[in-house]
Formats: sequence, C-alpha cells, structure tokens
Amino acid sequence: MRQSIRRKLIQTLAFFITNPRLGNFLSGRLYKGEWKSLCVPGLNCYSCPAATFACPIGALQAVISSAGLWFSYYVAGFLLAVGVVWGRLVCGFLCPFGLFQELLHKVPLPKRKLWAPLLYVKYVILIVFVLLLPLLWTDFSGAGGPAFCEYICPAGTLEAGLPLLAARPEFRQALGGLFAWKLLVLVLVIIGCMMSYRFFCKLLCPLGAIYGLLNRISLYRLQLSREACVACGKCQSACPMGVNPVGNPGAAECIRCGECVAACPRQALSLRFSADDICK
Amino acid sequence: MQGGLLLMAAISMGYGVSRGEAAIVLRKAVRVCMECIGLG
Ligand code: SF4
Repeated sequence: MRQSIRRKLIQTLAFFITNPRLGNFLSGRLYKGEWKSLCVPGLNCYSCPAATFACPIGALQAVISSAGLWFSYYVAGFLLAVGVVWGRLVCGFLCPFGLFQELLHKVPLPKRKLWAPLLYVKYVILIVFVLLLPLLWTDFSGAGGPAFCEYICPAGTLEAGLPLLAARPEFRQALGGLFAWKLLVLVLVIIGCMMSYRFFCKLLCPLGAIYGLLNRISLYRLQLSREACVACGKCQSACPMGVNPVGNPGAAECIRCGECVAACPRQALSLRFSADDICK
Repeated sequence: MQGGLLLMAAISMGYGVSRGEAAIVLRKAVRVCMECIGLG
C-alpha cells in the first residue's frame, strides 16, 4: 500500500478515536466522563461534542489560568513524553486538524510556499498566547483566560463553535464581535490551507511548535545514511513541508510523513525508533 | 538523554496530578468552553 494512503487511513482512524461520539453533534451535548481529564496528543477542542478527551493546548491554558497555579506540570509532562517518543509524527498521523488541513489542500487553488521567517510565528504564539497571557492577563480573583483558544484557535470554532451554534439555539443569542473575529480567523486559515500545505501547522500551531522543538531528539526519527545518499534531491522535491531531509533530518517542520523515504531511489532515508545519531 | 527526559516527564505528570491539575482539566473540559467557541 502506498505510504500516503496508509497515512490517510491512520489519520482517519485517529480522527474517530479522538471524536467517537458523533451522535452528540445532533444534541449539542458534551461527553462529561472521567476520560476528559486525559489529553490527546493532537489538537482537538474539548468542547467538540464528539470529543472524549481533552485538548492539550486547552488543558495547558486551563491550568495556567487557574488562580494560584502558574504552570501545568501534568500537561507539560505529557507533551514532553509524547514529543520525546514521537516528535511531530503526532502532526502527521494523529492530529484531526492536520487531516482537515490536508484535505483542504486538495482544493484546486494556486499553491504558494510560505515565506520561511513566518515559520517562527508559532513559537511566538506558544509563548505569548498559551504561556504568558493566561498567566498575566487576570481578573480581580487572579484567574486568567485561555487566550489562544479565545482569539486564535480555528479548531475550536470549527469543531465546537459551529456545531454547538447549530444544535443549541441559546448560544446563537450570545453571538457578537468575538465570534465574528474567530470566524474570520477560521476562514483565513481555510483559504491559507488551500493555498499552502498545512498552513496552520506551519504558521500558528503551538502544539507543532512544542513537538517541533523535540523533533531533533525524538526516539522515532528520520535517519539518513550518508553512504547511500547520492544527493539527487528527490527527497527534498517530495517533501510537502518544505524540508531538506539530507540537510536536516531532524528539522522542526518534519511531520514524519515518509514521502521522502518513499521517493529515495537508494533507500538512504528511513523512519524508525533509534537513539543513534540521525546521520550515519 | 531521552531516558532522562522521559523520567522527568513521568515525575512532572505525577506531581501535576498530585496537586489537582487533572481535576482542573476535567472541570474545564466537561463544560462548554465559551472562549473556545467564540462567545467569550
Ligand atoms: S522530511 Fe520526509 S518525513 Fe519529514 S515532512 Fe518531509 S517528506 Fe515527510
């Protein structure tokens, strides 16, 4: 089976494992059981009616914004463990919003490459909107709010906002400027994803930023054999994330999709668990 | 190094759970998050 098809099947399976309660879209109810205290590795809004688990970025902000706590050891430990084992494989295989972006990219619009310095915007978003604002922008009781969820996250608007507005008329009466802003962000992200592969992952996703930082040391890694490589450049042309796997197999943008491995005529690249140096 | 980081992650998670962070996540996640859906 072709690598891209195998990956789509795993992504679809991960989508349904993360969001199995599809019937809740009709009632507009949320699952309220104990599983919701556990995070999924990918970006998936916990207010999505179909969700069984918590979103790690939402969970991180929920703890940081609680009065008296300034950091979430629970969520940070979880993300560190997932990132050290898998790196950005999570983005390539397990994230429901990643699958959504890839499907959008199939829309036949002119395709554009993202300007390289924009890849650093996601790190600013992680620091400012996920870590600092929920801690520092507080009310009289010392509690903050989830600034990333509130002002940026298009997954929340798509997976939770729109379905809940459709199913529960009482929410429609509360519509205002904030929802208009979030809808605008969602529309811009959708257009961006149609024109640039995984536009949101590359530009805005704080989870991609965290896993990207761990990509270089993750146990599941892209390994290059310098002996076998003939520098033909086929891997770089095949990479949808704009990575040069020969120049930097541990690149922060690599989502471990395996397209470069499939494109290499000399089997110089492999994806595997290893603690060895990424270039041999 | 990865082994050390995984140990650190496990200790961090355990400490976080012991001070009630999983309960905070549960409380937030079982209610509709008005910020997430754009109603503030
Ligand atoms: S470097 Fe290879 S595995 Fe990584 S994103 Fe590019 S094609 Fe996929």
